[in-house]
Amino acid sequence: MSVAGKGEKVQLRVERAGPLALLQDAGRFGVRRLGVTQGGPADLHGWAWANHLLGNAWGAAALEITFGGLSLIAEGETSLALAGADLEATLDDEPVEPWSRFELRAGQRLRFGSPRQGLRAYLAVPGGFLADPVLGSVSSVVREGLGGHDGRGGKLQKDDTLIFQGESRKSRDLPRPPPDEERPDYIRPPRLALVPGAQVADFDGTSLFEVFNRGWQVDDRTDRMGVRLTGPVLKCAVTSMISEGIGLGAVQVPPDGQPIVLLNDRQTIGGYPRLGALTPLACSRLAQCLPGHDIHFRAQGVNAAQAEHRRFLACFRTG
Amino acid sequence: MSGQRGEKAFVPVLPRLEVAGVDAWMVRLFDRIDEANMPWITALLRRCEAAFGEALVDLVPSYTTLLVHYDPWRLTPGEARSRLGAVLADLEPDEEGGLGEGASGNVKELEVWYDDSVGPELALLQQESGLSREAVIEAHSGHEYRVFALGFAPGFAFMGSLPDELVLPRLDTPRKRVPAGSVAVANRQTSAYPRVSPGGWNLIGRTSARLFDRDREGFSLLRVGDRVRFVAVDRDRFEAAGGDTSPVEEPDSKGKTSNGKSA
Repeated sequence: MSVAGKGEKVQLRVERAGPLALLQDAGRFGVRRLGVTQGGPADLHGWAWANHLLGNAWGAAALEITFGGLSLIAEGETSLALAGADLEATLDDEPVEPWSRFELRAGQRLRFGSPRQGLRAYLAVPGGFLADPVLGSVSSVVREGLGGHDGRGGKLQKDDTLIFQGESRKSRDLPRPPPDEERPDYIRPPRLALVPGAQVADFDGTSLFEVFNRGWQVDDRTDRMGVRLTGPVLKCAVTSMISEGIGLGAVQVPPDGQPIVLLNDRQTIGGYPRLGALTPLACSRLAQCLPGHDIHFRAQGVNAAQAEHRRFLACFRTG
Repeated sequence: MSGQRGEKAFVPVLPRLEVAGVDAWMVRLFDRIDEANMPWITALLRRCEAAFGEALVDLVPSYTTLLVHYDPWRLTPGEARSRLGAVLADLEPDEEGGLGEGASGNVKELEVWYDDSVGPELALLQQESGLSREAVIEAHSGHEYRVFALGFAPGFAFMGSLPDELVLPRLDTPRKRVPAGSVAVANRQTSAYPRVSPGGWNLIGRTSARLFDRDREGFSLLRVGDRVRFVAVDRDRFEAAGGDTSPVEEPDSKGKTSNGKSA
Protein backbone atom coordinates (compact mmCIF):
# COMPACT_ATOMS: atom_id res chain seq x y z
CA MET A 1 0.00 0.00 0.00
CA SER A 2 1.49 3.32 -1.04
CA VAL A 3 1.80 5.98 1.58
CA ALA A 4 3.22 8.57 -0.74
CA GLY A 5 1.14 11.69 -0.64
CA LYS A 6 0.23 11.18 3.00
CA GLY A 7 -0.57 14.43 4.70
CA GLU A 8 -1.24 15.91 1.31
CA LYS A 9 -4.37 17.31 -0.11
CA VAL A 10 -7.67 16.75 1.57
CA GLN A 11 -10.18 15.70 -1.07
CA LEU A 12 -13.45 15.26 0.78
CA ARG A 13 -14.83 16.90 3.88
CA VAL A 14 -17.70 15.49 5.92
CA GLU A 15 -20.48 18.04 6.16
CA ARG A 16 -22.93 15.69 7.84
CA ALA A 17 -21.99 12.19 9.03
CA GLY A 18 -25.30 10.31 8.93
CA PRO A 19 -25.88 7.25 11.12
CA LEU A 20 -23.00 5.02 10.03
CA ALA A 21 -20.28 5.52 7.44
CA LEU A 22 -17.19 3.32 7.77
CA LEU A 23 -13.98 2.79 5.84
CA GLN A 24 -13.68 -0.80 4.65
CA ASP A 25 -10.90 -2.56 2.79
CA ALA A 26 -11.09 -6.33 2.16
CA GLY A 27 -10.88 -7.02 5.89
CA ARG A 28 -8.43 -7.83 8.65
CA PHE A 29 -6.83 -11.23 8.23
CA GLY A 30 -4.34 -13.32 10.15
CA VAL A 31 -5.31 -12.06 13.60
CA ARG A 32 -8.55 -13.90 14.35
CA ARG A 33 -6.54 -16.21 16.59
CA LEU A 34 -6.11 -13.16 18.85
CA GLY A 35 -9.85 -12.59 19.07
CA VAL A 36 -9.78 -9.85 16.42
CA THR A 37 -12.73 -9.94 14.06
CA GLN A 38 -12.56 -9.95 10.26
CA GLY A 39 -14.27 -6.66 9.41
CA GLY A 40 -14.45 -5.70 5.74
CA PRO A 41 -17.43 -4.80 3.57
CA ALA A 42 -20.74 -6.36 4.60
CA ASP A 43 -21.65 -6.38 0.91
CA LEU A 44 -18.52 -7.66 -0.82
CA HIS A 45 -20.24 -7.51 -4.18
CA GLY A 46 -21.16 -3.82 -4.06
CA TRP A 47 -17.80 -2.89 -2.54
CA ALA A 48 -15.89 -4.77 -5.26
CA TRP A 49 -17.87 -3.08 -8.02
CA ALA A 50 -17.40 0.42 -6.62
CA ASN A 51 -13.62 -0.07 -6.55
CA HIS A 52 -13.59 -1.77 -9.93
CA LEU A 53 -15.34 1.15 -11.61
CA LEU A 54 -12.34 3.33 -10.76
CA GLY A 55 -9.81 0.68 -11.73
CA ASN A 56 -8.73 0.22 -8.10
CA ALA A 57 -6.86 -2.93 -7.11
CA TRP A 58 -8.70 -5.55 -5.03
CA GLY A 59 -8.58 -4.49 -1.39
CA ALA A 60 -8.68 -0.71 -1.81
CA ALA A 61 -10.52 1.02 1.02
CA ALA A 62 -13.98 2.33 0.13
CA LEU A 63 -16.65 3.97 2.25
CA GLU A 64 -19.55 1.80 3.43
CA ILE A 65 -22.54 4.07 3.91
CA THR A 66 -25.34 2.49 5.88
CA PHE A 67 -28.82 3.98 5.63
CA GLY A 68 -27.68 7.24 4.01
CA GLY A 69 -27.73 10.63 5.71
CA LEU A 70 -24.13 11.39 4.75
CA SER A 71 -23.12 14.64 3.09
CA LEU A 72 -19.66 15.23 1.63
CA ILE A 73 -18.08 18.36 0.15
CA ALA A 74 -15.37 18.06 -2.50
CA GLU A 75 -12.19 20.03 -1.83
CA GLY A 76 -10.78 19.33 -5.28
CA GLU A 77 -11.68 17.79 -8.60
CA THR A 78 -12.00 14.03 -8.57
CA SER A 79 -13.69 10.91 -9.96
CA LEU A 80 -15.83 8.81 -7.67
CA ALA A 81 -17.82 5.62 -8.07
CA LEU A 82 -20.92 4.37 -6.36
CA ALA A 83 -22.34 0.85 -6.07
CA GLY A 84 -24.62 -1.17 -3.82
CA ALA A 85 -27.78 0.30 -2.31
CA ASP A 86 -29.70 3.19 -3.81
CA LEU A 87 -29.65 5.71 -0.97
CA GLU A 88 -30.98 8.65 -2.99
CA ALA A 89 -27.52 10.03 -3.76
CA THR A 90 -27.46 13.51 -5.25
CA LEU A 91 -24.68 15.67 -6.62
CA ASP A 92 -25.63 19.30 -5.97
CA ASP A 93 -29.24 18.13 -5.81
CA GLU A 94 -29.07 16.25 -9.15
CA PRO A 95 -29.65 12.48 -8.79
CA VAL A 96 -26.59 10.24 -9.14
CA GLU A 97 -27.16 6.91 -10.85
CA PRO A 98 -26.35 3.92 -8.64
CA TRP A 99 -23.62 1.69 -10.13
CA SER A 100 -21.89 4.57 -11.82
CA ARG A 101 -18.75 6.66 -12.01
CA PHE A 102 -19.00 10.44 -11.89
CA GLU A 103 -16.90 13.58 -11.53
CA LEU A 104 -16.93 15.99 -8.63
CA ARG A 105 -15.55 19.55 -8.76
CA ALA A 106 -14.28 21.55 -5.79
CA GLY A 107 -17.15 22.82 -3.68
CA GLN A 108 -19.69 20.35 -4.99
CA ARG A 109 -21.80 18.41 -2.53
CA LEU A 110 -22.49 14.67 -2.65
CA ARG A 111 -25.41 13.87 -0.42
CA PHE A 112 -27.22 10.69 0.55
CA GLY A 113 -30.87 10.54 1.56
CA SER A 114 -32.52 7.35 2.76
CA PRO A 115 -32.78 3.80 1.41
CA ARG A 116 -34.78 3.45 -1.77
CA GLN A 117 -33.33 -0.02 -2.51
CA GLY A 118 -30.95 -1.86 -0.24
CA LEU A 119 -29.24 -0.68 2.92
CA ARG A 120 -25.53 -0.11 2.24
CA ALA A 121 -23.92 1.94 -0.51
CA TYR A 122 -20.23 1.87 -1.38
CA LEU A 123 -18.34 4.97 -2.40
CA ALA A 124 -14.96 4.38 -4.02
CA VAL A 125 -12.28 7.00 -4.66
CA PRO A 126 -9.16 6.89 -6.88
CA GLY A 127 -6.71 4.38 -5.41
CA GLY A 128 -8.87 3.97 -2.30
CA PHE A 129 -9.03 6.09 0.86
CA LEU A 130 -5.73 6.69 2.58
CA ALA A 131 -5.46 5.68 6.24
CA ASP A 132 -2.87 3.99 8.42
CA PRO A 133 -3.51 0.26 8.54
CA VAL A 134 -4.09 -1.17 12.03
CA LEU A 135 -3.18 -4.85 12.38
CA GLY A 136 -2.78 -4.95 8.63
CA SER A 137 -6.05 -3.34 7.61
CA VAL A 138 -7.90 -0.04 7.55
CA SER A 139 -11.27 -1.76 7.98
CA SER A 140 -13.16 0.05 10.68
CA VAL A 141 -14.56 -2.04 13.54
CA VAL A 142 -16.27 0.23 16.04
CA ARG A 143 -16.60 -2.39 18.77
CA GLU A 144 -12.87 -3.17 18.75
CA GLY A 145 -11.68 0.39 18.24
CA LEU A 146 -9.53 -0.70 15.30
CA GLY A 147 -9.04 0.76 11.82
CA GLY A 148 -10.92 3.48 10.01
CA HIS A 149 -9.86 6.94 8.93
CA ASP A 150 -8.90 7.75 12.53
CA GLY A 151 -7.22 4.41 13.31
CA ARG A 152 -9.60 4.00 16.27
CA GLY A 153 -12.40 2.23 14.49
CA GLY A 154 -14.53 5.34 14.48
CA LYS A 155 -17.38 6.04 12.13
CA LEU A 156 -17.20 9.25 10.15
CA GLN A 157 -17.93 12.43 12.08
CA LYS A 158 -18.84 15.92 10.96
CA ASP A 159 -15.79 17.87 9.73
CA ASP A 160 -13.64 14.75 9.23
CA THR A 161 -11.39 15.04 6.21
CA LEU A 162 -10.63 12.24 3.79
CA ILE A 163 -7.54 11.70 1.65
CA PHE A 164 -7.12 9.46 -1.37
CA GLN A 165 -4.33 7.06 -2.30
CA GLY A 166 -4.26 7.76 -6.01
CA GLU A 167 -5.10 10.12 -8.83
CA SER A 168 -8.16 10.14 -11.01
CA ARG A 169 -7.70 8.34 -14.29
CA LYS A 170 -9.14 9.00 -17.72
CA SER A 171 -12.49 7.33 -17.87
CA ARG A 172 -11.84 5.74 -21.27
CA ASP A 173 -9.26 3.50 -19.55
CA LEU A 174 -11.71 2.38 -16.91
CA PRO A 175 -14.08 -0.59 -16.73
CA ARG A 176 -17.70 -0.26 -17.79
CA PRO A 177 -20.48 -0.26 -15.22
CA PRO A 178 -21.86 -3.74 -14.51
CA PRO A 179 -24.39 -5.27 -16.88
CA ASP A 180 -27.96 -5.40 -15.60
CA GLU A 181 -27.71 -9.01 -14.45
CA GLU A 182 -24.86 -8.02 -12.13
CA ARG A 183 -27.03 -5.42 -10.41
CA PRO A 184 -29.03 -7.12 -7.71
CA ASP A 185 -32.68 -6.34 -7.24
CA TYR A 186 -32.63 -5.50 -3.54
CA ILE A 187 -36.41 -5.52 -3.28
CA ARG A 188 -37.32 -8.99 -4.53
CA PRO A 189 -36.94 -11.59 -1.74
CA PRO A 190 -33.59 -13.36 -2.33
CA ARG A 191 -32.87 -17.09 -2.32
CA LEU A 192 -29.66 -17.25 -0.35
CA ALA A 193 -27.19 -20.08 -0.99
CA LEU A 194 -26.36 -21.98 2.18
CA VAL A 195 -23.59 -24.56 2.19
CA PRO A 196 -24.71 -27.18 4.73
CA GLY A 197 -22.13 -28.28 7.26
CA ALA A 198 -21.21 -28.16 10.92
CA GLN A 199 -24.06 -29.54 13.04
CA VAL A 200 -26.66 -29.72 10.27
CA ALA A 201 -27.16 -33.44 10.96
CA ASP A 202 -28.20 -32.69 14.55
CA PHE A 203 -31.27 -30.70 13.51
CA ASP A 204 -34.52 -32.63 13.30
CA GLY A 205 -36.08 -33.46 9.94
CA THR A 206 -38.95 -31.02 10.23
CA SER A 207 -36.57 -28.20 11.07
CA LEU A 208 -34.38 -28.94 8.06
CA PHE A 209 -37.42 -29.01 5.83
CA GLU A 210 -38.51 -25.66 7.18
CA VAL A 211 -35.09 -24.06 6.77
CA PHE A 212 -35.23 -24.59 3.01
CA ASN A 213 -38.96 -24.43 2.34
CA ARG A 214 -40.30 -21.66 4.50
CA GLY A 215 -39.80 -17.94 4.31
CA TRP A 216 -37.68 -16.09 6.88
CA GLN A 217 -37.93 -12.53 7.98
CA VAL A 218 -35.07 -10.17 8.76
CA ASP A 219 -35.40 -9.02 12.37
CA ASP A 220 -34.64 -5.47 13.46
CA ARG A 221 -31.72 -6.77 15.51
CA THR A 222 -29.39 -6.66 12.55
CA ASP A 223 -25.97 -5.08 12.25
CA ARG A 224 -22.46 -5.79 11.00
CA MET A 225 -22.04 -8.59 13.55
CA GLY A 226 -25.01 -10.56 12.38
CA VAL A 227 -28.55 -10.69 11.11
CA ARG A 228 -31.28 -12.32 13.17
CA LEU A 229 -34.06 -14.06 11.32
CA THR A 230 -37.52 -14.94 12.52
CA GLY A 231 -39.63 -17.85 11.33
CA PRO A 232 -40.42 -21.42 12.40
CA VAL A 233 -38.70 -22.52 15.61
CA LEU A 234 -35.81 -24.83 14.70
CA LYS A 235 -34.93 -27.76 16.92
CA CYS A 236 -31.46 -29.16 17.32
CA ALA A 237 -30.36 -32.13 19.43
CA VAL A 238 -27.32 -30.08 20.47
CA THR A 239 -28.07 -26.90 22.41
CA SER A 240 -24.62 -25.70 23.29
CA MET A 241 -21.16 -26.76 22.30
CA ILE A 242 -17.55 -26.14 23.13
CA SER A 243 -16.74 -22.82 21.45
CA GLU A 244 -15.03 -22.99 18.07
CA GLY A 245 -14.03 -20.70 15.23
CA ILE A 246 -16.88 -19.23 13.20
CA GLY A 247 -16.61 -18.38 9.53
CA LEU A 248 -18.31 -15.61 7.58
CA GLY A 249 -21.95 -16.40 6.92
CA ALA A 250 -22.23 -19.13 9.56
CA VAL A 251 -25.89 -19.72 10.37
CA GLN A 252 -26.08 -20.39 14.09
CA VAL A 253 -29.18 -21.40 15.99
CA PRO A 254 -29.31 -20.46 19.68
CA PRO A 255 -31.74 -22.23 22.04
CA ASP A 256 -34.66 -19.99 21.01
CA GLY A 257 -34.59 -21.74 17.61
CA GLN A 258 -34.28 -18.52 15.58
CA PRO A 259 -31.23 -18.43 13.30
CA ILE A 260 -28.58 -15.72 13.27
CA VAL A 261 -26.39 -15.27 10.19
CA LEU A 262 -22.97 -14.08 11.31
CA LEU A 263 -21.39 -11.34 9.25
CA ASN A 264 -18.09 -9.48 9.09
CA ASP A 265 -17.87 -8.11 12.64
CA ARG A 266 -18.94 -11.38 14.34
CA GLN A 267 -17.11 -12.70 17.36
CA THR A 268 -14.30 -15.03 16.35
CA ILE A 269 -15.52 -18.08 18.26
CA GLY A 270 -18.92 -19.27 19.39
CA GLY A 271 -20.74 -22.23 20.88
CA TYR A 272 -24.15 -22.51 19.23
CA PRO A 273 -24.95 -25.27 16.72
CA ARG A 274 -24.84 -24.21 13.08
CA LEU A 275 -26.64 -25.27 9.93
CA GLY A 276 -23.69 -24.36 7.73
CA ALA A 277 -22.57 -21.15 6.10
CA LEU A 278 -23.99 -18.77 3.54
CA THR A 279 -21.78 -18.13 0.53
CA PRO A 280 -19.98 -14.76 0.44
CA LEU A 281 -22.38 -13.47 -2.22
CA ALA A 282 -25.38 -14.61 -0.19
CA CYS A 283 -23.96 -12.64 2.75
CA SER A 284 -23.58 -9.65 0.44
CA ARG A 285 -27.20 -9.87 -0.58
CA LEU A 286 -28.41 -10.35 2.99
CA ALA A 287 -26.45 -7.28 4.08
CA GLN A 288 -28.69 -5.23 1.78
CA CYS A 289 -31.92 -6.42 3.46
CA LEU A 290 -33.76 -4.04 5.72
CA PRO A 291 -35.60 -5.30 8.80
CA GLY A 292 -38.89 -6.89 7.80
CA HIS A 293 -37.62 -8.18 4.44
CA ASP A 294 -38.37 -11.78 3.47
CA ILE A 295 -35.65 -14.21 2.47
CA HIS A 296 -35.40 -17.87 1.51
CA PHE A 297 -32.56 -20.36 1.77
CA ARG A 298 -31.43 -22.84 -0.84
CA ALA A 299 -28.87 -25.58 -0.22
CA GLN A 300 -25.76 -25.58 -2.36
CA GLY A 301 -22.83 -28.03 -2.33
CA VAL A 302 -19.44 -26.62 -1.48
CA ASN A 303 -17.83 -27.26 -4.87
CA ALA A 304 -20.58 -25.59 -6.87
CA ALA A 305 -20.71 -22.73 -4.38
CA GLN A 306 -16.99 -22.15 -4.58
CA ALA A 307 -16.99 -22.31 -8.39
CA GLU A 308 -19.64 -19.58 -8.39
CA HIS A 309 -17.59 -17.47 -5.99
CA ARG A 310 -14.50 -17.87 -8.17
CA ARG A 311 -16.43 -16.63 -11.19
CA PHE A 312 -17.28 -13.54 -9.17
CA LEU A 313 -13.67 -13.06 -8.04
CA ALA A 314 -12.43 -13.50 -11.61
CA CYS A 315 -13.95 -10.10 -12.51
CA PHE A 316 -11.89 -8.34 -9.88
CA ARG A 317 -8.85 -10.26 -8.76
CA THR A 318 -5.75 -10.60 -10.85
CA GLY A 319 -3.03 -11.81 -8.47
CA MET B 1 -15.10 -31.39 31.59
CA SER B 2 -11.38 -31.22 32.15
CA GLY B 3 -9.60 -34.54 31.91
CA GLN B 4 -6.71 -35.79 33.98
CA ARG B 5 -3.39 -34.19 33.26
CA GLY B 6 -0.55 -36.56 32.62
CA GLU B 7 -2.74 -39.22 31.06
CA LYS B 8 -0.64 -41.52 28.96
CA ALA B 9 -0.74 -41.75 25.19
CA PHE B 10 -2.98 -38.73 24.73
CA VAL B 11 -3.89 -38.46 21.06
CA PRO B 12 -6.63 -36.74 19.11
CA VAL B 13 -9.72 -38.89 19.25
CA LEU B 14 -11.35 -37.71 16.10
CA PRO B 15 -9.35 -35.96 13.45
CA ARG B 16 -12.29 -34.97 11.26
CA LEU B 17 -12.71 -32.42 8.50
CA GLU B 18 -15.98 -30.54 8.17
CA VAL B 19 -17.03 -28.12 5.44
CA ALA B 20 -17.21 -24.62 6.90
CA GLY B 21 -18.11 -22.65 3.78
CA VAL B 22 -16.63 -21.97 0.32
CA ASP B 23 -13.24 -21.10 1.77
CA ALA B 24 -12.84 -22.92 5.08
CA TRP B 25 -12.45 -26.32 6.68
CA MET B 26 -13.06 -27.06 10.32
CA VAL B 27 -10.54 -29.53 11.69
CA ARG B 28 -12.01 -31.26 14.72
CA LEU B 29 -9.41 -33.01 16.83
CA PHE B 30 -11.09 -33.63 20.18
CA ASP B 31 -14.55 -33.90 21.68
CA ARG B 32 -13.90 -32.51 25.16
CA ILE B 33 -11.99 -29.71 26.82
CA ASP B 34 -8.58 -30.72 28.11
CA GLU B 35 -5.38 -28.80 28.70
CA ALA B 36 -3.56 -31.65 26.96
CA ASN B 37 -5.39 -30.81 23.71
CA MET B 38 -3.47 -27.61 23.27
CA PRO B 39 -0.03 -28.91 22.16
CA TRP B 40 -1.86 -30.69 19.33
CA ILE B 41 -3.84 -27.62 18.35
CA THR B 42 -0.78 -25.35 18.30
CA ALA B 43 1.23 -27.93 16.36
CA LEU B 44 -1.55 -28.20 13.79
CA LEU B 45 -1.69 -24.42 13.52
CA ARG B 46 2.01 -24.14 12.76
CA ARG B 47 1.92 -27.01 10.29
CA CYS B 48 -0.99 -25.40 8.45
CA GLU B 49 0.94 -22.13 8.15
CA ALA B 50 3.73 -24.04 6.43
CA ALA B 51 1.48 -26.22 4.29
CA PHE B 52 -0.76 -23.42 2.98
CA GLY B 53 1.71 -20.53 2.74
CA GLU B 54 0.32 -17.80 0.49
CA ALA B 55 -3.01 -19.59 0.19
CA LEU B 56 -3.70 -19.22 3.91
CA VAL B 57 -6.14 -16.48 4.91
CA ASP B 58 -6.68 -17.10 8.62
CA LEU B 59 -6.57 -19.70 11.38
CA VAL B 60 -8.84 -19.79 14.40
CA PRO B 61 -7.67 -22.25 17.06
CA SER B 62 -10.00 -23.14 19.90
CA TYR B 63 -10.42 -25.74 22.66
CA THR B 64 -10.87 -28.75 20.40
CA THR B 65 -10.72 -27.43 16.85
CA LEU B 66 -8.85 -25.38 14.28
CA LEU B 67 -10.77 -23.41 11.67
CA VAL B 68 -8.66 -23.13 8.52
CA HIS B 69 -9.66 -20.29 6.23
CA TYR B 70 -7.95 -20.53 2.83
CA ASP B 71 -7.98 -18.34 -0.28
CA PRO B 72 -10.73 -19.62 -2.60
CA TRP B 73 -9.02 -17.87 -5.48
CA ARG B 74 -6.03 -20.19 -5.11
CA LEU B 75 -7.41 -23.49 -3.79
CA THR B 76 -10.50 -25.59 -4.41
CA PRO B 77 -12.11 -27.26 -1.39
CA GLY B 78 -10.61 -30.55 -2.54
CA GLU B 79 -7.09 -29.13 -2.82
CA ALA B 80 -7.33 -27.57 0.62
CA ARG B 81 -8.63 -30.82 2.01
CA SER B 82 -5.74 -32.84 0.69
CA ARG B 83 -3.24 -30.42 2.19
CA LEU B 84 -4.96 -30.85 5.55
CA GLY B 85 -5.04 -34.60 5.13
CA ALA B 86 -1.28 -34.63 4.58
CA VAL B 87 -0.69 -32.48 7.66
CA LEU B 88 -2.91 -34.65 9.85
CA ALA B 89 -1.35 -37.88 8.64
CA ASP B 90 1.90 -37.27 10.51
CA LEU B 91 0.96 -34.63 13.07
CA GLU B 92 3.00 -34.65 16.28
CA PRO B 93 2.08 -32.51 19.27
CA ASP B 94 4.26 -29.61 20.35
CA GLU B 95 6.39 -30.55 23.33
CA GLU B 96 4.34 -30.85 26.49
CA GLY B 97 5.11 -27.96 28.80
CA GLY B 98 6.39 -26.06 25.80
CA LEU B 99 5.26 -22.82 24.28
CA GLY B 100 1.98 -21.58 23.01
CA GLU B 101 1.64 -20.45 19.43
CA GLY B 102 3.21 -17.10 20.34
CA ALA B 103 6.44 -18.88 21.27
CA SER B 104 7.86 -16.36 23.70
CA GLY B 105 9.33 -18.51 26.44
CA ASN B 106 8.28 -19.68 29.86
CA VAL B 107 5.09 -19.43 31.79
CA LYS B 108 3.57 -15.98 31.41
CA GLU B 109 2.85 -14.19 34.65
CA LEU B 110 0.09 -11.67 35.23
CA GLU B 111 0.32 -9.54 38.34
CA VAL B 112 -3.05 -9.18 40.03
CA TRP B 113 -4.27 -6.93 42.80
CA TYR B 114 -7.00 -9.03 44.43
CA ASP B 115 -9.28 -6.60 46.22
CA ASP B 116 -13.01 -6.16 46.83
CA SER B 117 -12.98 -2.69 45.27
CA VAL B 118 -11.81 -4.01 41.90
CA GLY B 119 -13.11 -7.55 42.41
CA PRO B 120 -16.64 -7.33 43.80
CA GLU B 121 -17.20 -11.09 43.49
CA LEU B 122 -14.22 -11.98 45.66
CA ALA B 123 -16.65 -12.03 48.59
CA LEU B 124 -19.11 -14.21 46.70
CA LEU B 125 -16.36 -16.67 45.89
CA GLN B 126 -15.42 -16.83 49.59
CA GLN B 127 -19.01 -17.44 50.49
CA GLU B 128 -19.60 -20.13 47.88
CA SER B 129 -16.33 -21.96 48.44
CA GLY B 130 -16.24 -21.66 52.20
CA LEU B 131 -12.62 -20.60 51.88
CA SER B 132 -11.00 -17.60 53.50
CA ARG B 133 -10.10 -14.62 51.35
CA GLU B 134 -6.44 -15.62 51.48
CA ALA B 135 -7.25 -19.20 50.50
CA VAL B 136 -9.30 -18.03 47.49
CA ILE B 137 -6.43 -15.84 46.30
CA GLU B 138 -3.98 -18.63 46.90
CA ALA B 139 -6.11 -21.09 44.97
CA HIS B 140 -6.46 -18.76 41.99
CA SER B 141 -2.83 -17.68 41.88
CA GLY B 142 -1.36 -21.02 42.87
CA HIS B 143 -2.49 -22.79 39.74
CA GLU B 144 -1.03 -22.84 36.24
CA TYR B 145 -3.54 -22.33 33.45
CA ARG B 146 -3.57 -22.98 29.74
CA VAL B 147 -4.96 -20.58 27.16
CA PHE B 148 -7.64 -22.55 25.28
CA ALA B 149 -8.80 -19.82 22.93
CA LEU B 150 -8.96 -16.08 22.41
CA GLY B 151 -12.28 -14.53 21.58
CA PHE B 152 -15.10 -12.27 22.73
CA ALA B 153 -12.74 -9.30 22.31
CA PRO B 154 -9.18 -8.80 21.02
CA GLY B 155 -6.77 -10.32 23.54
CA PHE B 156 -9.44 -11.90 25.76
CA ALA B 157 -8.01 -15.32 26.67
CA PHE B 158 -10.18 -18.19 27.86
CA MET B 159 -7.97 -20.01 30.37
CA GLY B 160 -8.44 -23.12 32.42
CA SER B 161 -9.08 -25.12 34.14
CA LEU B 162 -9.92 -23.64 37.54
CA PRO B 163 -9.59 -25.72 40.69
CA ASP B 164 -12.98 -27.15 41.75
CA GLU B 165 -13.38 -24.79 44.71
CA LEU B 166 -13.29 -21.71 42.45
CA VAL B 167 -16.03 -22.81 40.07
CA LEU B 168 -18.78 -20.20 39.99
CA PRO B 169 -21.48 -19.67 37.34
CA ARG B 170 -21.63 -16.46 35.33
CA LEU B 171 -23.55 -13.53 36.79
CA ASP B 172 -27.30 -13.60 36.16
CA THR B 173 -27.13 -10.04 34.89
CA PRO B 174 -23.98 -9.10 32.98
CA ARG B 175 -22.35 -5.77 33.79
CA LYS B 176 -22.63 -3.12 31.13
CA ARG B 177 -19.16 -1.87 31.89
CA VAL B 178 -16.33 -4.07 33.13
CA PRO B 179 -13.12 -2.06 33.64
CA ALA B 180 -10.01 -2.90 31.63
CA GLY B 181 -7.69 -5.34 33.38
CA SER B 182 -10.47 -6.97 35.42
CA VAL B 183 -9.53 -10.54 36.34
CA ALA B 184 -12.53 -12.80 36.33
CA VAL B 185 -13.81 -16.35 36.71
CA ALA B 186 -16.80 -18.16 35.22
CA ASN B 187 -17.53 -21.88 35.45
CA ARG B 188 -14.18 -23.65 35.06
CA GLN B 189 -12.41 -20.76 33.38
CA THR B 190 -10.59 -17.57 34.17
CA SER B 191 -9.63 -14.52 32.13
CA ALA B 192 -8.79 -10.84 32.16
CA TYR B 193 -10.66 -8.15 30.22
CA PRO B 194 -8.26 -6.34 27.85
CA ARG B 195 -10.42 -3.23 27.60
CA VAL B 196 -13.62 -1.80 28.96
CA SER B 197 -16.53 -3.90 27.76
CA PRO B 198 -19.74 -5.48 28.88
CA GLY B 199 -19.22 -8.77 30.69
CA GLY B 200 -20.90 -11.43 32.78
CA TRP B 201 -17.96 -13.02 34.54
CA ASN B 202 -17.27 -12.75 38.28
CA LEU B 203 -14.64 -10.10 39.00
CA ILE B 204 -12.04 -10.98 41.62
CA GLY B 205 -9.18 -8.55 41.00
CA ARG B 206 -7.36 -6.48 38.43
CA THR B 207 -4.12 -6.81 36.50
CA SER B 208 -1.83 -4.00 35.42
CA ALA B 209 -0.68 -6.04 32.42
CA ARG B 210 -1.43 -4.62 28.99
CA LEU B 211 -3.25 -7.55 27.46
CA PHE B 212 -3.75 -6.13 24.01
CA ASP B 213 -1.51 -3.49 22.52
CA ARG B 214 -1.74 -2.60 18.85
CA ASP B 215 1.80 -1.20 18.89
CA ARG B 216 3.40 -4.33 20.30
CA GLU B 217 4.87 -7.09 18.18
CA GLY B 218 2.26 -9.83 18.14
CA PHE B 219 -0.39 -7.46 19.63
CA SER B 220 -1.77 -9.85 22.25
CA LEU B 221 0.10 -10.67 25.45
CA LEU B 222 -1.52 -14.11 25.58
CA ARG B 223 -1.68 -16.68 22.82
CA VAL B 224 -3.48 -19.96 22.41
CA GLY B 225 -1.53 -22.72 24.14
CA ASP B 226 0.32 -20.37 26.52
CA ARG B 227 0.79 -21.39 30.12
CA VAL B 228 -0.25 -18.63 32.49
CA ARG B 229 0.11 -17.91 36.19
CA PHE B 230 -1.45 -15.09 38.22
CA VAL B 231 0.76 -13.44 40.81
CA ALA B 232 -0.83 -11.65 43.77
CA VAL B 233 0.55 -8.15 44.38
CA ASP B 234 -0.39 -5.36 46.78
CA ARG B 235 -1.95 -2.08 45.88
CA ASP B 236 1.35 -0.15 45.84
CA ARG B 237 2.98 -2.54 43.44
CA PHE B 238 -0.16 -2.62 41.28
CA GLU B 239 -0.25 1.18 41.10
CA ALA B 240 3.47 1.46 40.45
CA ALA B 241 3.02 -0.88 37.49
CA GLY B 242 0.42 1.47 36.06
CA GLY B 243 -2.67 -0.30 37.37
CA ASP B 244 -5.94 1.59 37.59
CA THR B 245 -7.25 1.52 41.17
CA SER B 246 -10.64 3.08 40.53
CA PRO B 247 -13.30 0.79 41.99
CA VAL B 248 -15.80 -1.12 39.89
CA GLU B 249 -18.84 1.09 39.50
CA GLU B 250 -22.14 -0.55 40.25
CA PRO B 251 -24.71 1.83 38.76
CA ASP B 252 -27.84 -0.19 39.58
CA SER B 253 -29.09 -1.54 42.83
CA LYS B 254 -26.32 -4.16 42.74
CA GLY B 255 -23.77 -2.19 44.72
CA LYS B 256 -22.92 -5.09 47.08
CA THR B 257 -19.42 -5.37 48.55
CA SER B 258 -17.93 -2.65 46.39
CA ASN B 259 -17.33 -0.10 49.06
CA GLY B 260 -15.12 0.51 51.99
CA LYS B 261 -12.30 -1.96 51.67
CA SER B 262 -10.24 -0.42 48.93
CA ALA B 263 -7.94 1.70 51.03
